[in-house]
Amino acid sequence: MKSSMLKIYKQLPQTIALTIACTLLSVISLAQNVVSGKVTNFKTGLPLQGVTVTVKGTKVSSQSGTDGTYRITVPANSKILSFSYVSYINKEIVINGSVLDVVLAESVQDLTDIVVVAYGTRKKSDLTGAVTSVSAKDFQKGNINSSEQLLQGKVAGLQITSGGGSAGGGSRIRIRGGASLNASNDPLIVVDGIPVESNGISGNDNLLNSINPNDIESMSVLKDASATALYGSRASNGVIIITTKKGTKGKVKFNYNSQVNVGTVNKNVKVLNGDEVRAIINADAAKSGINTYKNLLGKANTDWQKLIYQDAIGWDNNLSVSGALAGVLPFRVSAGYLTQEGVLKTDKFNRLTTALNLSPKLFKNHLSVNINLKGSQTKNHYADGGAVGSAASFDPTQSVNATNVYGGYFEWLQSDGKPIGTNGGSVQPNPLSLLYLRNNNSVVNRFIGNIQLDYKLHFFPDLHVMVNYGMDNAFGKGDDIRDPKLVTQVFSSTKGRHDHYAQFKNNSIIETSLFYEKNIKAIKTKVDVLAGHTYQDFTSYNYNYAGYSSNGTEMPGAPTFATDKPQNRLESYLGRMNLTVNDKYLITASLRRDASSKFAKENRVGYFPSVAAAWKLKDELFKNSSKISDLKLRLGWGITGQQDGIGNYNYLAVYSQSSNAGAQYQFGNNYYSFSRPQAYDANLKWETTTTKNIGLDFGFFNNRLSGSVDVYQKDTKDLLSTVPVAAGGNFNSELTTNVGSMVNKGIEVTINTVPVKSNNITWDLGFNVTYNNSKITKLVGDKILNFQGVSTSSVNDTKVGRHFVGYSPYFFYVAKQVYDQNTGKPIEGLYEDLNRDGKIDDKDLYFYKKPAPDMLFGINTQVAYKSFTLGLSAHGVIGSYAYNSYDATNGLLRSMKNPLNFIGNVSKDYLNTSFSNARYISDYYIQNSSYLRLDNINLGYNVGKVFKNSASLRIAASVQNVFVITKFTGMDPENASDDGLNGTIYPRPRVYSLGFNLDF
Amino acid sequence: MNNRLKSYLLIITTILIVSSCSKKLDLYPQNDLTSAIQYATPAGYKSVLAKVYGTLSATGNTGPAGSADITGGLDEGKQVPFIRNFFNAQELPTDEAVVAWNDETIKDFHNFNWTSADFYLKGWYARPIYNITLINEYLRECTDSKLSDRGITGAAATDIKKSVAEVRFLRAFNYWVMLDLFGNSTFITEADKIGSDLPRQIKRADLFNYIETELKAIENELAVARSNEYGRVDQAAAWSLLARLYLNAKVYTGTTKYNEAITYASKVIGAGYGLNPSYKKLFMADNDKATDEIIFAINCDGVKTTGYGNTSFFVHCAAGDDFAEYGVSGGWYGYRATSAFVNLFSDKTGSTDKRAMFTTSRFGTSPSQLVITDIADFNSGPHVKKYVNIRSDGAPVSDRDGVFADIDFPVFRLSEMYLIYAEAVVRGGTGGSQATALSYINKIRERAYGTTSLGQVNLSDLTLQFMLDERGRELYWEGHRRTDLIRYGLLTSSTYLWPWKGGVASGSAVNDKFNLYAIPSSNLIANSNLEQNAGY
Repeated sequence: MKSSMLKIYKQLPQTIALTIACTLLSVISLAQNVVSGKVTNFKTGLPLQGVTVTVKGTKVSSQSGTDGTYRITVPANSKILSFSYVSYINKEIVINGSVLDVVLAESVQDLTDIVVVAYGTRKKSDLTGAVTSVSAKDFQKGNINSSEQLLQGKVAGLQITSGGGSAGGGSRIRIRGGASLNASNDPLIVVDGIPVESNGISGNDNLLNSINPNDIESMSVLKDASATALYGSRASNGVIIITTKKGTKGKVKFNYNSQVNVGTVNKNVKVLNGDEVRAIINADAAKSGINTYKNLLGKANTDWQKLIYQDAIGWDNNLSVSGALAGVLPFRVSAGYLTQEGVLKTDKFNRLTTALNLSPKLFKNHLSVNINLKGSQTKNHYADGGAVGSAASFDPTQSVNATNVYGGYFEWLQSDGKPIGTNGGSVQPNPLSLLYLRNNNSVVNRFIGNIQLDYKLHFFPDLHVMVNYGMDNAFGKGDDIRDPKLVTQVFSSTKGRHDHYAQFKNNSIIETSLFYEKNIKAIKTKVDVLAGHTYQDFTSYNYNYAGYSSNGTEMPGAPTFATDKPQNRLESYLGRMNLTVNDKYLITASLRRDASSKFAKENRVGYFPSVAAAWKLKDELFKNSSKISDLKLRLGWGITGQQDGIGNYNYLAVYSQSSNAGAQYQFGNNYYSFSRPQAYDANLKWETTTTKNIGLDFGFFNNRLSGSVDVYQKDTKDLLSTVPVAAGGNFNSELTTNVGSMVNKGIEVTINTVPVKSNNITWDLGFNVTYNNSKITKLVGDKILNFQGVSTSSVNDTKVGRHFVGYSPYFFYVAKQVYDQNTGKPIEGLYEDLNRDGKIDDKDLYFYKKPAPDMLFGINTQVAYKSFTLGLSAHGVIGSYAYNSYDATNGLLRSMKNPLNFIGNVSKDYLNTSFSNARYISDYYIQNSSYLRLDNINLGYNVGKVFKNSASLRIAASVQNVFVITKFTGMDPENASDDGLNGTIYPRPRVYSLGFNLDF
Repeated sequence: MNNRLKSYLLIITTILIVSSCSKKLDLYPQNDLTSAIQYATPAGYKSVLAKVYGTLSATGNTGPAGSADITGGLDEGKQVPFIRNFFNAQELPTDEAVVAWNDETIKDFHNFNWTSADFYLKGWYARPIYNITLINEYLRECTDSKLSDRGITGAAATDIKKSVAEVRFLRAFNYWVMLDLFGNSTFITEADKIGSDLPRQIKRADLFNYIETELKAIENELAVARSNEYGRVDQAAAWSLLARLYLNAKVYTGTTKYNEAITYASKVIGAGYGLNPSYKKLFMADNDKATDEIIFAINCDGVKTTGYGNTSFFVHCAAGDDFAEYGVSGGWYGYRATSAFVNLFSDKTGSTDKRAMFTTSRFGTSPSQLVITDIADFNSGPHVKKYVNIRSDGAPVSDRDGVFADIDFPVFRLSEMYLIYAEAVVRGGTGGSQATALSYINKIRERAYGTTSLGQVNLSDLTLQFMLDERGRELYWEGHRRTDLIRYGLLTSSTYLWPWKGGVASGSAVNDKFNLYAIPSSNLIANSNLEQNAGY
């Protein structure tokens, strides 16, 4: 696009001459026609400015004006006008009069025609790997605070699970299931060529929320190894490449958008009300004759959950300016400010973002410079999340307030007026006191910047050299202040508490690459080759501070080390070759060599190759078919690695020191701090995943039905896993080491259709379905008789899951509950004697259901009628099971009649079980957690030109998290943990938003 | 030409950038040290020695919790602290303790219902073996050649050599715990390197011989009794462990060694110890002053040696609303004794035999108040107030928040040596006399009653049953009861039933396999050299 415009500039003198000549000719020749008309958008009916109108077979061309009208002089004998416009389908029209109005439709793939891939871009039609790109216009709509949520339900094989309802909270991202057991299953995130920190930092658990979703142009999801292998050792879990918006040539354009939203809580945890608690306690007292608990009952009916939540208001404002300075320096600059309340009272998230992009070309276009600078400041006021649990389990018969020294909040006290609980604390603080007597504020400043210099060699223009230097800095700090009146503080020796925390993360990258491109016309072959070197450093600076009382006295247990500096480095060489033969056969081969500081010298280097091929069947077999518009077969194979999620120095034999003053031993009159050898595995190495992928891209009926099918298999070996080791074999009872293998198999189907398409109305309907199956194929020690796998999934230290050979990870391993034949109620503590040995013990546990879903699906649809659009998007999973750990830990009489002499509230599930004590091992708590969530309904109206035609306005309204259909009885079936333990009681809000977008 | 030059310059720059980045992949942590640096100085050695001792008191490198020694889903406060494990293993399956909590399988121990899958057993097995692994590593770094290579000489080298005998004692002590609880044990010495072969298993009788040989080998290398700095072991600790080992030799090996028990108990008794005048003070926050009687104690401190499983556990677990009387800021409403045990004291109020430390003022000691009707109800049954985080001199304790205790845990006390001597004599051991045995018992009782006019016994009273009961009265809640009941053949049999033994209110006999704990199944998986104990 840019280069073609440059060509036009170069040819300007000729063009002018030609135009003059044509004009002269038109005066002379009566055989010429003047054709005029208006070009409009097919969907919106709005005029399109800048459409190139060419007389086919000539160099005569014109452009449409601001009102969409054009005028062109057509030479005699010319019969066809062609209309072209970026990201619209070109149209050729036979001239049959002097007025020709034209409607252009946006091409189905439009912006995704060019897809950002590892170290470059490719035409979508030339892709050989499994890559899905989503551009801004297809992003999830509504109130999106964290960038990954833009992709919710949009990409087959991609599962995004938001962590919960807190403002600015993060998500779990999985591409084609997890490939690892204990190492990270998070994909690598690359922003404008910089692999960024996607983990949290002190003061912000979710660094992805520091990138403004409004600045994002497109996101590419790289799924198979042939697409990701260039990222080598960090690519096993897939890669998400985020590309931000750039400056464009042309006149300066402004965009302002603003959105206001309200989040409401529409579901609470089901607990008992005051009357129900009174009834149970009174009945229990009548039965036992002991009035201990009856005497504790209050007279109120307090809905604690209602009291801690609020309607959360959010306001998001973004302004961007893009264009070219002095006509030659393309730039884009943007600023955004978001202020977002959480539904939990006092929870608040603010974000200020700025971004600058400069992309000048120098030395006669031989040097392309691309500068991206992104700065953000996020501020969190963390509400004490403990209030959520406390509200669900606080006695509803008590009133909120009381006259006491605890800030006027009712608290459970002992006879001496001190709170019930140990360590000067309280076992169950009043939920409102937690919200209002604790103040935890953080500020995180983040800077992501890079400069790319792309230099095309003067003497050898087929070759260009690119240098990319980038950094990702984040500095987080905060203060957590507990009021002296807080129930946990009143009787502490220090009276109030002040903790300061801070962390700095600095990741930097320097990359040098050579690109060679050659079109060998003689053999109809295009070759492009990349060779590169990259060096990355990941350094954290952790600051440790002592705690202080509110009057400034240092608390005991001060840290030994004021700082720590975990660091790792990665040095890599990479190469890739793309071959395109006859524009029908595409072959890509790549190799990356990684050397990581996380492993010993002997195991440090890994090689990650990939090969992929594609065959454009359409061009080969159906060249003239009008029904088949696209058909391409893709085959890919590659090996990727994994080294994230393990420590930086796990291979080294080192001694760790006491981290604070509370870990010393007395000899004589002196205290000596500890030094301890750490468990280590000197032979630690990469986890490697071999991926095979077969894909078919198709399009029928002028792409009104298009999509793709991918079948994949991922074999992971040398799984990095933390497993039990023989006692006495190392300096711990478990060790992170390479054990076992796992296989993931799946099918992904994406289908996009346009069922209705007429002048006024268009209906787009797309859906994607993924079937994925993960199975552990080998684990350490699996040859030993009676081996019961590695226990996982702790519910208060009772393990209810296992990693076991032949099963999906975290498979539930529980006891089969026996039910009362008459009442249907589970019989407390009675399980089936599955092995019929007359005893009910751990040998009767059985494998029952798995947390990972069989299928994921997403549905997106949009109807455009004249200037209105109405869209829906939904996603869900099928075949997943969850352990309702809230019911298991809270649906018990023991939780109501707390042994520490106070009354608590319980889950309503207690009415179904009447369990007195915790029965974690029962399969009763495992429920089908398949669900369908309607994520979003959005309505847009294109007002069109406003302010005397100087600006165009679009208004949009949306509702998010509209409903969930599920059998799961807990708060929310969507669960951000791999182990399937779902004790979430923090509600995800329903959010109503209203916004406008103004281009001028 | 100029452009060509520019291009070459660019390529050269590129190559420079690439090559300058290489060879920077050897990174080391900022705060952790390689062993070469750790052991470069005597102070580095002392810090590891502090850890070796500290594993008995603290659970990790952060107090009270954090950077745990033993991970793997085990709760740092509940399943891996040495003292708490030792207490649970030795007291929960006996008449001395029941627990109200519902934590995991904790009730299975009084109920004699534990299995090899038990979660607590994992920690009980892991802790002593972890401690031994650490000791072996320390020993590998203490060889003469390593010391001289590092230029450590003179007094510093002498102190390190002295510590070698101490850590060998601690290794023997940890192995004794394995011997007593599990019988057969994982067996590793300084000859077994980290991360190489799977550790072997040693049979109970062979482990007995190893412990005996080790203790005898270091007997004369350890500091003279009562001469070492506080907190570090001396000869008397090795003699005490030998005496205890010999008293139980029949259980461990099938052969009695009562003569040897008398010999080694006598060595300790003759080393200059005496009974502290106050029984109560032995379990108070300033019991570090009771070096007259305490032979070896595990040190705890409310600020500097903190954890949820050292003596802080004793004071909290036994306390309820009356936590203030225990010198702490809150109770855990958990452990108390059974009436069978409390009934060993004819006067349960503590006004005559002052060792009867039950919270009588609050809960009373009438038969109905002693009976546990509901195990889960902390208020049902007699509360034990033996360990209190209060100083006898009235000064404030270290932790102003009253969470962590200063009380040191007495592993060996002189009175135990008196009791070993007397029981060995009663059991027919030679080398001692009945008269001396009687005098030792009466010394203990004199201290207990605060007078010789009450509580004194005669030779005819010195029956085996009396010895067991007296051990109960003197040593309860110090981690002896299970070993004692096994020695008397009473732990699993129907001869002696106490409330809720085997999970039945009136008590019931249980399978004899429960005389040993099961090797945790996770250990069998991780190490194919291990064999399960009979019956599991």
